[in-house]
Amino acid sequence: MPMNVLVCVKRVPATAGHIALSADGQEIDTRYLGFTVSPHEECAVEEAVRLIEKHGGSSTVLTLGPEAAVDQLRDAMALGIERAVLLETDGREWDPVATAAAIVESIETDRAAGRSYDLVMFGNESADSAGYQVGVRVADALDLPCATGIKALETRDGKAMVRRQTEAGWETADLALPAVLTVKEGINLPRYPSLPGRLKAKKKEIERRKPRWQDGGLEKIRLKLPAQVEHTVEILGKNGDAGAQVVELFQRLRLL
Amino acid sequence: MILAFIEHINGAPTALSLEVLTIATRLAREMGVPLEAAAIGPRGGTAAGILSSYGVGALHVADDPRLAEYAPSAWAHAITQLAERVNPRIVIGTASDRGGEVMAHVGARMKLPLAANCIEVAPGDPFAVTRQRWGGSLFEEAHLKGGVKLLTLAPHALTAEASPSRTEVAIRPFAPALDDKDFRVRLVPQVEADTGRISLAQARVVVGGGRGVGSAEGFASLEELAGLLGGAVGCSRAVTSLGWRPHADQVGQTGTRIAPDLYIACGISGAIQHMVGCRAAKNILAINTDAAAPIVEQADYAVIGDVQKVLSAVNAQVRRVRAGQPDPALAAESRIQDRKT
Repeated sequence: MPMNVLVCVKRVPATAGHIALSADGQEIDTRYLGFTVSPHEECAVEEAVRLIEKHGGSSTVLTLGPEAAVDQLRDAMALGIERAVLLETDGREWDPVATAAAIVESIETDRAAGRSYDLVMFGNESADSAGYQVGVRVADALDLPCATGIKALETRDGKAMVRRQTEAGWETADLALPAVLTVKEGINLPRYPSLPGRLKAKKKEIERRKPRWQDGGLEKIRLKLPAQVEHTVEILGKNGDAGAQVVELFQRLRLL
Repeated sequence: MILAFIEHINGAPTALSLEVLTIATRLAREMGVPLEAAAIGPRGGTAAGILSSYGVGALHVADDPRLAEYAPSAWAHAITQLAERVNPRIVIGTASDRGGEVMAHVGARMKLPLAANCIEVAPGDPFAVTRQRWGGSLFEEAHLKGGVKLLTLAPHALTAEASPSRTEVAIRPFAPALDDKDFRVRLVPQVEADTGRISLAQARVVVGGGRGVGSAEGFASLEELAGLLGGAVGCSRAVTSLGWRPHADQVGQTGTRIAPDLYIACGISGAIQHMVGCRAAKNILAINTDAAAPIVEQADYAVIGDVQKVLSAVNAQVRRVRAGQPDPALAAESRIQDRKT
Protein backbone atom coordinates (compact mmCIF):
# COMPACT_ATOMS: atom_id res chain seq x y z
CA MET A 1 0.00 0.00 0.00
CA PRO A 2 1.57 3.31 -1.06
CA MET A 3 2.31 5.73 1.77
CA ASN A 4 2.76 9.44 2.29
CA VAL A 5 5.59 10.13 4.70
CA LEU A 6 6.68 13.43 6.20
CA VAL A 7 10.05 13.65 7.95
CA CYS A 8 11.01 16.69 10.03
CA VAL A 9 14.66 17.71 10.50
CA LYS A 10 16.60 20.54 12.12
CA ARG A 11 19.74 22.33 10.95
CA VAL A 12 22.42 22.17 13.68
CA PRO A 13 26.14 23.01 13.78
CA ALA A 14 28.49 20.09 13.08
CA THR A 15 30.50 20.37 16.28
CA ALA A 16 33.83 18.60 16.73
CA GLY A 17 36.08 18.44 19.79
CA HIS A 18 35.18 21.79 21.36
CA ILE A 19 32.25 24.15 21.55
CA ALA A 20 32.87 27.90 21.61
CA LEU A 21 30.19 30.51 22.19
CA SER A 22 29.55 33.82 20.47
CA ALA A 23 30.54 36.90 22.49
CA ASP A 24 26.95 37.55 23.68
CA GLY A 25 26.49 33.93 24.79
CA GLN A 26 23.40 33.56 22.62
CA GLU A 27 24.72 31.07 20.07
CA ILE A 28 27.44 28.55 19.37
CA ASP A 29 30.25 30.28 17.47
CA THR A 30 29.78 28.70 14.05
CA ARG A 31 32.36 30.73 12.12
CA TYR A 32 34.51 27.65 11.64
CA LEU A 33 31.80 25.00 11.62
CA GLY A 34 29.71 23.29 8.99
CA PHE A 35 26.06 22.37 9.48
CA THR A 36 24.20 19.11 9.49
CA VAL A 37 21.01 17.58 10.90
CA SER A 38 20.82 15.64 14.17
CA PRO A 39 21.99 12.00 13.97
CA HIS A 40 18.56 10.63 14.91
CA GLU A 41 17.06 12.67 12.05
CA GLU A 42 19.53 11.30 9.50
CA CYS A 43 18.11 7.91 10.40
CA ALA A 44 14.52 9.19 10.17
CA VAL A 45 15.25 10.44 6.63
CA GLU A 46 16.79 7.08 5.67
CA GLU A 47 13.80 5.22 7.15
CA ALA A 48 11.39 7.39 5.14
CA VAL A 49 13.31 6.73 1.92
CA ARG A 50 13.27 2.98 2.60
CA LEU A 51 9.52 2.99 3.32
CA ILE A 52 8.77 4.61 -0.03
CA GLU A 53 11.19 2.31 -1.86
CA LYS A 54 9.36 -0.65 -0.36
CA HIS A 55 5.74 0.45 -0.46
CA GLY A 56 5.64 3.23 -3.05
CA GLY A 57 4.08 6.60 -2.32
CA SER A 58 5.71 9.94 -1.65
CA SER A 59 8.07 11.50 0.84
CA THR A 60 8.44 15.07 2.06
CA VAL A 61 11.15 16.63 4.21
CA LEU A 62 10.32 19.67 6.33
CA THR A 63 12.46 22.00 8.38
CA LEU A 64 11.85 25.12 10.41
CA GLY A 65 14.83 27.41 10.19
CA PRO A 66 16.64 30.15 8.30
CA GLU A 67 17.05 30.28 4.52
CA ALA A 68 20.40 28.49 4.90
CA ALA A 69 18.52 25.36 6.10
CA VAL A 70 17.76 24.76 2.41
CA ASP A 71 21.12 22.93 2.44
CA GLN A 72 19.75 20.34 4.88
CA LEU A 73 16.57 19.92 2.80
CA ARG A 74 18.70 19.30 -0.31
CA ASP A 75 20.84 16.80 1.62
CA ALA A 76 17.67 14.83 2.39
CA MET A 77 16.49 15.06 -1.23
CA ALA A 78 19.90 13.80 -2.39
CA LEU A 79 19.15 10.62 -0.43
CA GLY A 80 15.81 10.11 -2.18
CA ILE A 81 13.21 12.35 -0.48
CA GLU A 82 11.05 13.85 -3.22
CA ARG A 83 9.64 17.05 -1.86
CA ALA A 84 10.83 19.72 0.57
CA VAL A 85 9.14 22.39 2.66
CA LEU A 86 11.01 25.22 4.38
CA LEU A 87 9.24 26.95 7.25
CA GLU A 88 11.37 30.04 7.02
CA THR A 89 12.37 31.96 10.15
CA ASP A 90 14.50 35.05 10.67
CA GLY A 91 17.10 32.86 12.37
CA ARG A 92 16.03 33.41 15.97
CA GLU A 93 15.30 30.42 18.15
CA TRP A 94 11.84 28.85 18.29
CA ASP A 95 11.02 26.86 21.40
CA PRO A 96 9.32 23.43 21.26
CA VAL A 97 5.76 24.80 21.60
CA ALA A 98 6.27 27.33 18.78
CA THR A 99 8.08 24.79 16.59
CA ALA A 100 5.35 22.17 17.01
CA ALA A 101 2.61 24.75 16.27
CA ALA A 102 4.33 25.79 13.01
CA ILE A 103 4.73 22.17 11.90
CA VAL A 104 1.07 21.41 12.71
CA GLU A 105 -0.03 24.44 10.71
CA SER A 106 2.05 23.30 7.73
CA ILE A 107 0.63 19.76 7.91
CA GLU A 108 -2.88 21.26 7.94
CA THR A 109 -2.04 23.46 4.94
CA ASP A 110 -0.94 20.31 3.09
CA ARG A 111 -4.11 18.50 4.11
CA ALA A 112 -6.29 21.34 2.84
CA ALA A 113 -4.44 20.99 -0.49
CA GLY A 114 -5.26 17.27 -0.62
CA ARG A 115 -2.02 15.87 0.76
CA SER A 116 -2.32 13.96 4.01
CA TYR A 117 0.42 11.94 5.68
CA ASP A 118 0.28 8.34 6.86
CA LEU A 119 3.43 8.80 8.91
CA VAL A 120 5.05 11.88 10.40
CA MET A 121 8.59 11.19 11.56
CA PHE A 122 11.01 13.08 13.79
CA GLY A 123 14.31 12.41 15.51
CA ASN A 124 13.90 11.44 19.17
CA GLU A 125 15.49 14.76 20.14
CA SER A 126 17.47 17.45 18.37
CA ALA A 127 21.24 17.36 18.87
CA ASP A 128 21.40 20.99 19.99
CA SER A 129 18.45 22.18 22.10
CA ALA A 130 17.19 18.63 22.88
CA GLY A 131 13.67 19.46 24.08
CA TYR A 132 12.43 15.85 23.67
CA GLN A 133 8.86 16.96 22.89
CA VAL A 134 8.15 18.39 19.41
CA GLY A 135 6.98 15.05 17.98
CA VAL A 136 4.70 14.38 20.95
CA ARG A 137 3.19 17.89 20.72
CA VAL A 138 2.52 17.49 16.98
CA ALA A 139 0.84 14.11 17.59
CA ASP A 140 -1.32 15.57 20.35
CA ALA A 141 -2.43 18.54 18.26
CA LEU A 142 -3.34 16.29 15.30
CA ASP A 143 -4.90 13.68 17.61
CA LEU A 144 -2.60 10.95 16.29
CA PRO A 145 -1.03 8.01 18.14
CA CYS A 146 2.66 8.52 18.90
CA ALA A 147 5.64 6.35 19.79
CA THR A 148 9.01 7.90 20.68
CA GLY A 149 12.56 6.60 20.50
CA ILE A 150 11.90 3.72 18.12
CA LYS A 151 14.72 1.51 16.84
CA ALA A 152 12.76 -0.77 14.50
CA LEU A 153 9.78 -0.17 12.24
CA GLU A 154 7.62 -2.32 10.02
CA THR A 155 4.42 -1.20 8.33
CA ARG A 156 1.70 -3.59 7.24
CA ASP A 157 -2.10 -3.51 6.83
CA GLY A 158 -2.45 0.10 7.91
CA LYS A 159 -0.37 -0.46 11.03
CA ALA A 160 3.10 0.50 12.21
CA MET A 161 4.83 -2.10 14.34
CA VAL A 162 7.64 -0.53 16.32
CA ARG A 163 10.29 -1.69 18.73
CA ARG A 164 12.26 0.33 21.20
CA GLN A 165 15.13 -0.43 23.50
CA THR A 166 14.89 -0.28 27.28
CA GLU A 167 17.43 -0.91 30.01
CA ALA A 168 16.00 -4.40 30.39
CA GLY A 169 15.70 -5.30 26.71
CA TRP A 170 13.06 -4.30 24.21
CA GLU A 171 9.41 -3.27 24.11
CA THR A 172 7.01 -3.29 21.20
CA ALA A 173 3.88 -1.41 20.17
CA ASP A 174 1.43 -1.49 17.28
CA LEU A 175 0.08 1.85 16.07
CA ALA A 176 -2.80 2.35 13.66
CA LEU A 177 -1.82 4.71 10.82
CA PRO A 178 -1.75 7.66 10.51
CA ALA A 179 0.76 8.02 13.33
CA VAL A 180 3.71 10.06 14.59
CA LEU A 181 7.03 8.33 15.27
CA THR A 182 10.26 9.65 16.72
CA VAL A 183 13.33 7.70 15.72
CA LYS A 184 16.62 6.88 17.42
CA GLU A 185 19.93 6.35 15.70
CA GLY A 186 20.58 2.66 15.13
CA ILE A 187 17.23 1.98 13.44
CA ASN A 188 19.23 1.79 10.20
CA LEU A 189 22.57 2.72 8.72
CA PRO A 190 21.95 5.79 6.53
CA ARG A 191 23.26 5.61 2.98
CA TYR A 192 25.65 8.13 1.48
CA PRO A 193 24.21 10.41 -1.20
CA SER A 194 25.09 9.53 -4.79
CA LEU A 195 26.44 12.18 -7.17
CA PRO A 196 23.38 11.93 -9.47
CA GLY A 197 21.24 12.20 -6.33
CA ARG A 198 23.01 15.40 -5.35
CA LEU A 199 22.71 16.91 -8.83
CA LYS A 200 19.01 16.07 -8.98
CA ALA A 201 18.39 17.55 -5.53
CA LYS A 202 20.09 20.80 -6.54
CA LYS A 203 17.50 21.47 -9.22
CA LYS A 204 14.43 20.64 -7.19
CA GLU A 205 12.04 23.29 -6.08
CA ILE A 206 11.57 24.03 -2.41
CA GLU A 207 8.19 25.13 -1.07
CA ARG A 208 8.53 28.04 1.31
CA ARG A 209 6.13 29.02 4.03
CA LYS A 210 6.47 31.77 6.60
CA PRO A 211 4.99 30.76 9.95
CA ARG A 212 4.42 33.43 12.57
CA TRP A 213 6.74 33.31 15.58
CA GLN A 214 5.02 32.86 18.90
CA ASP A 215 6.15 32.90 22.50
CA GLY A 216 5.95 29.24 23.48
CA GLY A 217 6.88 29.91 27.09
CA LEU A 218 10.46 28.61 27.27
CA GLU A 219 12.76 31.55 26.69
CA LYS A 220 16.49 31.10 26.24
CA ILE A 221 18.37 33.75 28.23
CA ARG A 222 21.93 32.67 27.52
CA LEU A 223 24.13 29.67 26.87
CA LYS A 224 27.11 28.78 29.02
CA LEU A 225 29.86 26.21 28.94
CA PRO A 226 30.30 23.78 31.82
CA ALA A 227 33.12 24.76 34.19
CA GLN A 228 36.42 23.27 33.06
CA VAL A 229 38.16 21.26 35.73
CA GLU A 230 41.97 21.57 35.94
CA HIS A 231 43.23 18.43 34.33
CA THR A 232 46.53 16.81 33.49
CA VAL A 233 47.24 13.78 31.39
CA GLU A 234 50.01 11.33 32.17
CA ILE A 235 51.79 10.11 29.04
CA LEU A 236 52.65 6.45 29.54
CA GLY A 237 54.77 5.99 26.43
CA LYS A 238 54.95 5.83 22.66
CA ASN A 239 53.97 3.07 20.24
CA GLY A 240 55.39 -0.31 21.27
CA ASP A 241 57.31 0.88 24.35
CA ALA A 242 54.27 1.41 26.60
CA GLY A 243 53.26 -2.21 27.25
CA ALA A 244 54.73 -2.49 30.75
CA GLN A 245 53.41 0.91 31.93
CA VAL A 246 49.91 0.18 30.62
CA VAL A 247 49.85 -3.21 32.33
CA GLU A 248 51.01 -1.58 35.55
CA LEU A 249 48.04 0.81 35.22
CA PHE A 250 45.68 -2.17 34.76
CA GLN A 251 47.12 -3.71 37.93
CA ARG A 252 46.83 -0.46 39.88
CA LEU A 253 43.15 -0.25 38.88
CA ARG A 254 42.76 -3.93 39.87
CA LEU A 255 41.67 -4.93 36.40
CA LEU A 256 44.37 -7.57 36.13
CA MET B 1 2.35 22.33 46.25
CA ILE B 2 4.94 20.50 44.20
CA LEU B 3 3.98 17.27 42.48
CA ALA B 4 6.79 14.78 41.73
CA PHE B 5 5.94 12.14 39.14
CA ILE B 6 7.99 9.16 40.25
CA GLU B 7 8.82 5.98 38.37
CA HIS B 8 9.13 2.74 40.28
CA ILE B 9 9.46 -0.99 39.84
CA ASN B 10 6.80 -2.72 41.95
CA GLY B 11 6.93 0.09 44.47
CA ALA B 12 10.72 0.60 44.52
CA PRO B 13 11.41 4.13 43.20
CA THR B 14 14.08 4.26 40.48
CA ALA B 15 17.42 5.93 41.30
CA LEU B 16 16.50 8.86 39.01
CA SER B 17 13.18 9.31 40.84
CA LEU B 18 15.06 9.67 44.14
CA GLU B 19 17.10 12.43 42.50
CA VAL B 20 13.83 14.12 41.46
CA LEU B 21 12.53 13.87 45.02
CA THR B 22 15.77 15.35 46.33
CA ILE B 23 15.48 18.51 44.23
CA ALA B 24 11.69 18.63 44.77
CA THR B 25 12.18 18.57 48.57
CA ARG B 26 14.60 21.49 48.27
CA LEU B 27 12.24 23.47 46.02
CA ALA B 28 9.28 22.82 48.33
CA ARG B 29 11.30 24.16 51.27
CA GLU B 30 12.42 27.25 49.32
CA MET B 31 8.88 27.99 48.19
CA GLY B 32 7.29 27.09 51.52
CA VAL B 33 4.88 24.61 49.94
CA PRO B 34 4.21 20.89 50.56
CA LEU B 35 5.63 18.10 48.39
CA GLU B 36 3.41 15.34 47.05
CA ALA B 37 4.19 12.47 44.69
CA ALA B 38 2.31 10.53 42.01
CA ALA B 39 2.95 6.88 41.12
CA ILE B 40 1.43 4.84 38.30
CA GLY B 41 1.73 1.10 37.79
CA PRO B 42 1.51 -2.04 39.96
CA ARG B 43 2.14 -1.68 43.73
CA GLY B 44 2.76 2.07 43.49
CA GLY B 45 1.45 2.54 47.03
CA THR B 46 4.32 0.53 48.52
CA ALA B 47 6.69 3.35 47.48
CA ALA B 48 5.39 5.29 50.50
CA GLY B 49 7.97 3.67 52.79
CA ILE B 50 10.92 5.15 50.91
CA LEU B 51 9.11 8.41 50.10
CA SER B 52 8.75 9.13 53.82
CA SER B 53 12.52 9.84 53.85
CA TYR B 54 12.15 12.39 51.05
CA GLY B 55 9.78 14.89 52.63
CA VAL B 56 6.70 13.62 50.80
CA GLY B 57 3.37 14.41 52.51
CA ALA B 58 1.03 12.50 50.22
CA LEU B 59 1.39 9.82 47.57
CA HIS B 60 -1.25 9.77 44.82
CA VAL B 61 -1.62 6.30 43.38
CA ALA B 62 -3.44 5.87 40.06
CA ASP B 63 -6.09 3.24 40.56
CA ASP B 64 -6.92 1.67 37.18
CA PRO B 65 -5.85 -1.88 36.26
CA ARG B 66 -5.35 -0.77 32.63
CA LEU B 67 -2.45 1.43 33.81
CA ALA B 68 -0.43 -1.66 34.82
CA GLU B 69 0.96 -1.63 31.29
CA TYR B 70 2.92 1.36 30.08
CA ALA B 71 0.71 3.49 27.84
CA PRO B 72 2.37 6.94 27.50
CA SER B 73 -0.77 8.89 26.64
CA ALA B 74 -2.89 7.23 29.36
CA TRP B 75 -0.21 7.78 31.98
CA ALA B 76 0.03 11.44 30.99
CA HIS B 77 -3.75 11.82 31.06
CA ALA B 78 -3.75 10.43 34.61
CA ILE B 79 -1.12 12.99 35.65
CA THR B 80 -2.92 15.93 34.00
CA GLN B 81 -6.22 15.02 35.68
CA LEU B 82 -4.45 14.78 39.02
CA ALA B 83 -2.72 18.13 38.40
CA GLU B 84 -6.05 19.79 37.57
CA ARG B 85 -7.45 18.55 40.86
CA VAL B 86 -4.54 19.18 43.25
CA ASN B 87 -3.34 22.32 41.46
CA PRO B 88 0.46 22.09 41.88
CA ARG B 89 2.83 24.98 41.12
CA ILE B 90 5.41 22.56 39.69
CA VAL B 91 5.17 19.09 38.17
CA ILE B 92 8.60 17.47 37.94
CA GLY B 93 9.63 14.07 36.56
CA THR B 94 12.80 12.28 35.52
CA ALA B 95 14.38 12.71 32.11
CA SER B 96 14.44 8.93 31.59
CA ASP B 97 12.94 7.63 28.33
CA ARG B 98 9.61 7.07 30.08
CA GLY B 99 9.70 10.11 32.36
CA GLY B 100 10.56 12.40 29.47
CA GLU B 101 7.90 10.87 27.23
CA VAL B 102 5.12 11.13 29.83
CA MET B 103 6.06 14.72 30.69
CA ALA B 104 6.09 15.68 26.98
CA HIS B 105 2.52 14.32 26.73
CA VAL B 106 1.58 16.20 29.90
CA GLY B 107 2.92 19.44 28.37
CA ALA B 108 1.02 18.83 25.13
CA ARG B 109 -2.26 18.05 26.92
CA MET B 110 -2.03 20.96 29.35
CA LYS B 111 -0.80 23.28 26.56
CA LEU B 112 2.11 24.31 28.75
CA PRO B 113 5.83 24.63 28.03
CA LEU B 114 8.15 21.93 29.38
CA ALA B 115 11.81 22.43 30.30
CA ALA B 116 13.57 19.10 29.75
CA ASN B 117 16.83 17.96 31.34
CA CYS B 118 17.12 20.68 33.95
CA ILE B 119 20.15 20.72 36.24
CA GLU B 120 19.23 23.76 38.35
CA VAL B 121 15.92 25.38 39.22
CA ALA B 122 15.44 28.85 40.78
CA PRO B 123 11.71 29.14 41.51
CA GLY B 124 11.38 32.95 41.56
CA ASP B 125 9.70 35.37 39.22
CA PRO B 126 10.80 34.86 36.52
CA PHE B 127 11.05 31.13 37.05
CA ALA B 128 14.64 30.34 36.01
CA VAL B 129 16.10 27.00 35.04
CA THR B 130 19.44 25.78 33.75
CA ARG B 131 19.07 22.89 31.36
CA GLN B 132 21.34 20.64 29.33
CA ARG B 133 21.90 21.00 25.62
CA TRP B 134 24.14 18.86 23.43
CA GLY B 135 23.86 15.95 25.85
CA GLY B 136 25.28 18.11 28.65
CA SER B 137 28.23 19.62 26.74
CA LEU B 138 26.49 22.99 26.92
CA PHE B 139 24.03 24.58 29.36
CA GLU B 140 21.13 26.91 28.66
CA GLU B 141 19.79 29.39 31.17
CA ALA B 142 16.11 29.87 30.43
CA HIS B 143 12.94 31.36 31.82
CA LEU B 144 9.94 29.05 32.02
CA LYS B 145 6.39 30.38 31.84
CA GLY B 146 3.04 28.71 32.44
CA GLY B 147 0.61 28.50 35.36
CA VAL B 148 2.08 25.10 36.25
CA LYS B 149 5.82 24.74 35.69
CA LEU B 150 6.65 21.46 33.96
CA LEU B 151 10.19 20.13 34.37
CA THR B 152 12.27 17.03 33.91
CA LEU B 153 15.51 16.61 35.85
CA ALA B 154 18.65 15.52 33.96
CA PRO B 155 20.09 12.21 35.20
CA HIS B 156 22.79 12.58 37.87
CA ALA B 157 22.61 16.39 38.01
CA LEU B 158 22.68 15.90 41.78
CA THR B 159 23.11 13.11 44.33
CA ALA B 160 19.96 11.64 45.84
CA GLU B 161 19.83 12.43 49.54
CA ALA B 162 17.36 10.99 52.02
CA SER B 163 16.37 13.28 54.86
CA PRO B 164 17.21 12.19 58.42
CA SER B 165 13.66 12.99 59.56
CA ARG B 166 10.69 11.03 58.27
CA THR B 167 7.31 12.31 57.15
CA GLU B 168 3.92 10.66 57.43
CA VAL B 169 2.94 9.76 53.84
CA ALA B 170 -0.83 9.76 53.24
CA ILE B 171 -1.73 7.35 50.45
CA ARG B 172 -4.41 8.80 48.17
CA PRO B 173 -5.72 6.49 45.44
CA PHE B 174 -7.20 8.33 42.47
CA ALA B 175 -9.20 6.99 39.54
CA PRO B 176 -8.55 9.01 36.38
CA ALA B 177 -11.25 9.05 33.70
CA LEU B 178 -9.54 7.36 30.77
CA ASP B 179 -10.99 6.40 27.41
CA ASP B 180 -9.92 3.85 24.81
CA LYS B 181 -8.07 6.54 22.86
CA ASP B 182 -5.65 6.95 25.76
CA PHE B 183 -4.61 3.32 25.23
CA ARG B 184 -3.98 3.51 21.47
CA VAL B 185 -0.26 3.04 22.16
CA ARG B 186 0.68 0.36 24.67
CA LEU B 187 4.29 -0.75 25.10
CA VAL B 188 4.65 -4.48 25.63
CA PRO B 189 7.94 -5.69 27.14
CA GLN B 190 9.79 -8.32 25.16
CA VAL B 191 11.83 -10.80 27.13
CA GLU B 192 15.16 -11.53 25.48
CA ALA B 193 17.40 -14.50 26.06
CA ASP B 194 20.49 -13.57 28.08
CA THR B 195 23.42 -13.67 25.64
CA GLY B 196 25.95 -13.92 28.47
CA ARG B 197 27.89 -11.02 26.94
CA ILE B 198 29.03 -8.20 29.19
CA SER B 199 26.94 -5.16 28.31
CA LEU B 200 28.62 -1.86 27.43
CA ALA B 201 26.64 0.04 30.05
CA GLN B 202 27.65 -2.38 32.84
CA ALA B 203 31.25 -3.25 31.86
CA ARG B 204 34.11 -2.40 34.26
CA VAL B 205 36.44 -1.97 31.29
CA VAL B 206 35.47 -0.71 27.85
CA VAL B 207 37.90 -0.85 24.94
CA GLY B 208 36.58 1.66 22.40
CA GLY B 209 37.76 2.07 18.83
CA GLY B 210 37.55 4.96 16.38
CA ARG B 211 38.58 5.59 12.82
CA GLY B 212 42.22 5.21 13.94
CA VAL B 213 41.70 1.46 14.37
CA GLY B 214 42.02 1.37 10.58
CA SER B 215 39.43 -1.22 9.54
CA ALA B 216 36.68 -3.54 10.76
CA GLU B 217 39.31 -6.32 10.99
CA GLY B 218 41.51 -4.02 13.08
CA PHE B 219 39.04 -4.45 15.96
CA ALA B 220 40.45 -7.97 16.56
CA SER B 221 43.17 -6.50 18.80
CA LEU B 222 40.54 -4.53 20.76
CA GLU B 223 38.42 -7.68 21.12
CA GLU B 224 41.45 -9.52 22.42
CA LEU B 225 42.25 -6.89 25.06
CA ALA B 226 38.60 -6.69 26.14
CA GLY B 227 38.58 -10.48 26.43
CA LEU B 228 41.75 -10.50 28.53
CA LEU B 229 40.36 -7.84 30.90
CA GLY B 230 36.79 -9.18 31.00
CA GLY B 231 35.45 -6.02 29.37
CA ALA B 232 33.37 -4.97 26.40
CA VAL B 233 34.22 -3.41 23.03
CA GLY B 234 32.74 -0.04 22.09
CA CYS B 235 33.20 2.32 19.17
CA SER B 236 32.74 5.88 17.95
CA ARG B 237 29.99 7.13 15.66
CA ALA B 238 32.47 7.36 12.76
CA VAL B 239 33.03 3.61 13.03
CA THR B 240 29.29 2.83 13.05
CA SER B 241 28.77 5.06 10.01
CA LEU B 242 31.56 3.23 8.18
CA GLY B 243 29.74 -0.04 8.90
CA TRP B 244 32.72 -1.49 10.82
CA ARG B 245 30.69 -2.16 13.99
CA PRO B 246 26.96 -2.40 14.83
CA HIS B 247 25.23 0.63 16.37
CA ALA B 248 24.78 -1.34 19.61
CA ASP B 249 28.53 -0.85 20.20
CA GLN B 250 28.40 2.94 19.80
CA VAL B 251 29.40 5.06 22.78
CA GLY B 252 28.08 8.62 22.80
CA GLN B 253 25.22 11.08 22.81
CA THR B 254 23.15 8.99 20.40
CA GLY B 255 24.57 5.65 21.50
CA THR B 256 25.27 4.06 24.88
CA ARG B 257 26.46 6.03 27.91
CA ILE B 258 29.12 4.06 29.75
CA ALA B 259 30.55 4.34 33.28
CA PRO B 260 33.46 1.85 33.52
CA ASP B 261 36.44 1.99 35.88
CA LEU B 262 38.63 2.32 32.79
CA TYR B 263 37.79 3.44 29.27
CA ILE B 264 40.51 2.70 26.75
CA ALA B 265 39.85 4.97 23.76
CA CYS B 266 41.79 3.71 20.73
CA GLY B 267 42.12 5.97 17.70
CA ILE B 268 39.18 8.13 18.78
CA SER B 269 39.53 11.90 18.32
CA GLY B 270 37.12 12.84 21.12
CA ALA B 271 34.27 14.77 19.52
CA ILE B 272 31.94 16.27 22.14
CA GLN B 273 29.19 13.80 21.19
CA HIS B 274 31.54 10.94 22.04
CA MET B 275 32.74 12.49 25.30
CA VAL B 276 29.11 12.81 26.45
CA GLY B 277 28.94 9.01 26.32
CA CYS B 278 32.12 8.33 28.33
CA ARG B 279 32.09 11.27 30.74
CA ALA B 280 31.12 8.96 33.63
CA ALA B 281 34.21 6.73 33.16
CA LYS B 282 36.42 6.85 36.28
CA ASN B 283 39.63 6.75 34.20
CA ILE B 284 40.32 7.31 30.52
CA LEU B 285 43.36 5.93 28.72
CA ALA B 286 43.73 7.39 25.23
CA ILE B 287 45.76 5.69 22.55
CA ASN B 288 46.22 8.13 19.68
CA THR B 289 48.81 9.17 17.10
CA ASP B 290 47.91 12.83 17.68
CA ALA B 291 49.11 14.14 21.06
CA ALA B 292 46.93 17.24 20.53
CA ALA B 293 43.67 15.30 19.94
CA PRO B 294 40.79 16.41 22.22
CA ILE B 295 40.60 12.88 23.66
CA VAL B 296 44.22 13.11 24.85
CA GLU B 297 43.55 16.48 26.50
CA GLN B 298 40.63 15.00 28.39
CA ALA B 299 42.19 11.63 29.26
CA ASP B 300 43.92 10.70 32.51
CA TYR B 301 46.53 8.56 30.73
CA ALA B 302 47.71 8.44 27.15
CA VAL B 303 49.97 6.47 24.87
CA ILE B 304 50.99 8.33 21.74
CA GLY B 305 51.17 6.04 18.76
CA ASP B 306 49.46 3.80 16.28
CA VAL B 307 46.61 1.76 17.80
CA GLN B 308 47.75 -1.57 16.37
CA LYS B 309 51.39 -1.13 17.43
CA VAL B 310 50.41 -0.06 20.95
CA LEU B 311 47.81 -2.81 21.43
CA SER B 312 50.10 -5.49 20.08
CA ALA B 313 52.67 -4.61 22.79
CA VAL B 314 50.01 -4.21 25.52
CA ASN B 315 48.23 -7.49 24.70
CA ALA B 316 51.56 -9.38 24.64
CA GLN B 317 52.48 -7.94 28.03
CA VAL B 318 49.05 -8.78 29.53
CA ARG B 319 49.39 -12.35 28.27
CA ARG B 320 52.91 -12.59 29.77
CA VAL B 321 51.74 -11.31 33.15
CA ARG B 322 48.81 -13.69 33.04
CA ALA B 323 51.05 -16.66 32.20
CA GLY B 324 53.56 -15.81 34.93
CA GLN B 325 50.92 -15.60 37.65
CA PRO B 326 49.37 -18.56 39.39
CA ASP B 327 45.62 -18.85 39.00
CA PRO B 328 44.21 -16.49 41.69
CA ALA B 329 41.84 -19.20 42.99
CA LEU B 330 44.73 -21.66 43.40
CA ALA B 331 46.82 -18.99 45.10
CA ALA B 332 44.06 -18.40 47.65
CA GLU B 333 43.80 -22.13 48.30
CA SER B 334 47.52 -22.47 48.87
CA ARG B 335 47.39 -19.62 51.40
CA ILE B 336 44.73 -21.53 53.31
CA GLN B 337 46.94 -24.63 53.19
CA ASP B 338 49.88 -22.57 54.49
CA ARG B 339 47.87 -21.39 57.45
CA LYS B 340 46.79 -24.95 58.30
CA THR B 341 50.30 -26.34 58.38
